[in-house]
Amino acid sequence: MPTLTEPVSLTNDEILRYSRHLIMPEVGMEGQQKLKAARVLCIGAGGLGSPLALYLTAAGVGTLGIVDFDVVDYTNLQRQIIHTTNDVGRKKLDSAAEKLKALNPFLNLRTFETKLTSANALDLFREFDIVADGTDNFPTRYLVNDACVLTGKPNVYGSIFRFEGQASVFATEDGPCYRCLYPEPPPPGLVPSCAEGGVLGILPGLVGVIQATETIKLILGQGDSLAGRLLLVDALGMKFRELKLRKNPDCPVCGKNRTITGLIDYEEFCGIRGQEAPAGENDVPAISVEELKKKLDARADIFILDVREPHEYQICNLNGYLIPVGDLPKRVNELDSSREIIAHCKMGGRSAKAVNFLRRSGFKKVYNLTGGITAWAEKVDPTMPKY
Amino acid sequence: MAQVQIPSPLRQYTEKQSTVLVSGATVGDALSSLVSQHPDLKKHLYSDDGKLRAFVNVYVNEEDMRYLQKEATALGENDTISIVPSIAGGIL
Repeated sequence: MPTLTEPVSLTNDEILRYSRHLIMPEVGMEGQQKLKAARVLCIGAGGLGSPLALYLTAAGVGTLGIVDFDVVDYTNLQRQIIHTTNDVGRKKLDSAAEKLKALNPFLNLRTFETKLTSANALDLFREFDIVADGTDNFPTRYLVNDACVLTGKPNVYGSIFRFEGQASVFATEDGPCYRCLYPEPPPPGLVPSCAEGGVLGILPGLVGVIQATETIKLILGQGDSLAGRLLLVDALGMKFRELKLRKNPDCPVCGKNRTITGLIDYEEFCGIRGQEAPAGENDVPAISVEELKKKLDARADIFILDVREPHEYQICNLNGYLIPVGDLPKRVNELDSSREIIAHCKMGGRSAKAVNFLRRSGFKKVYNLTGGITAWAEKVDPTMPKY
Repeated sequence: MAQVQIPSPLRQYTEKQSTVLVSGATVGDALSSLVSQHPDLKKHLYSDDGKLRAFVNVYVNEEDMRYLQKEATALGENDTISIVPSIAGGIL
């Protein structure tokens, strides 16, 4: 942390606002001045970014930067609590800025409506003291990590999946970086997203506030930071475990013999650029929802196979025969290969895999429903819920 | 018998169990026992050439096995093996 050569001053209003900090010896005037002098960059104003930005602002961090180019979506409101129903369709930065300035007008807010890339990250990070990573994809995580190591800024890390989270502090001078823990990302498609895997709404709240806590501790120089420790949060069991993290002496970006001295193409690193569309999704035999409606209206002999999970069937269904895609290999003999089978899922991805599997198993008359039950709800039956 | 903690992305391959008991004198033996009990786990933990995937870390209690004796790390009765994959929420 840059040491204060001249303490920044606090007005009487600020002193009153932060009184509950000031009366604690662990913060006091000196600590609050450090908070005011601090510059924190939040990558993302979504699930993790919401509680992060709100609590850092409330605590009196002087300068907050937020990087986000996304727009508020209705499905975000289940967890991205800085945004409200009226903000749907609005830029996340505009929505966040409004709430943060209302919470604390003393905040110096800098917004960056841009995608973080290898071209802009280094210059951007140099203008801040700490980076808090609230992103939702692997390429950006590696970009943030490498840029933090290269610019010497600590990386307050948090990540979530369904009902589990991880938190740590990477890229401190003597501590490990993200690549020390995970030298390589998983291949695309191996780990589902929040849209596919779901996420407990409170989870980014839990982990985001842990990130805010670690950020404040770094600024104050108080407590034991999570540098060198990986905190694992299991919200369902309400268990918190800690694993030791070590700096990897062979780490290509922070180790003794560094081979990475500049930012790279992270999409390529994560295997996304040049990757073909998920196996056969584009060339699997398919029919549209309009064609299916015509066939059903004409009372054609069709077998509808639903490859979603039971809890999805309960939300809405086409009266299909339910075999979750993961169970298909075991239950394939429940299907009659002499019948015309239309397989569907929520959006068409899982059912494409099912059709590929069935065709390889010898089924000739099996087709994918393009767009899944979501397309049905959009184009055929608007009374059907979308989820 | 050692306990293996299964992270949520992989529980679909262990019949939703979050903890699996395995036998084995070393971490390597225990992981082999795990994938023979739950063969669907194999391709998520190991690449085609039989190496543990780089985005999966294996801990014995709180220590990363890379800093112990890797797969040769000896296991005691009450040791816990944790499989810790990288996660990033959101979209991939």
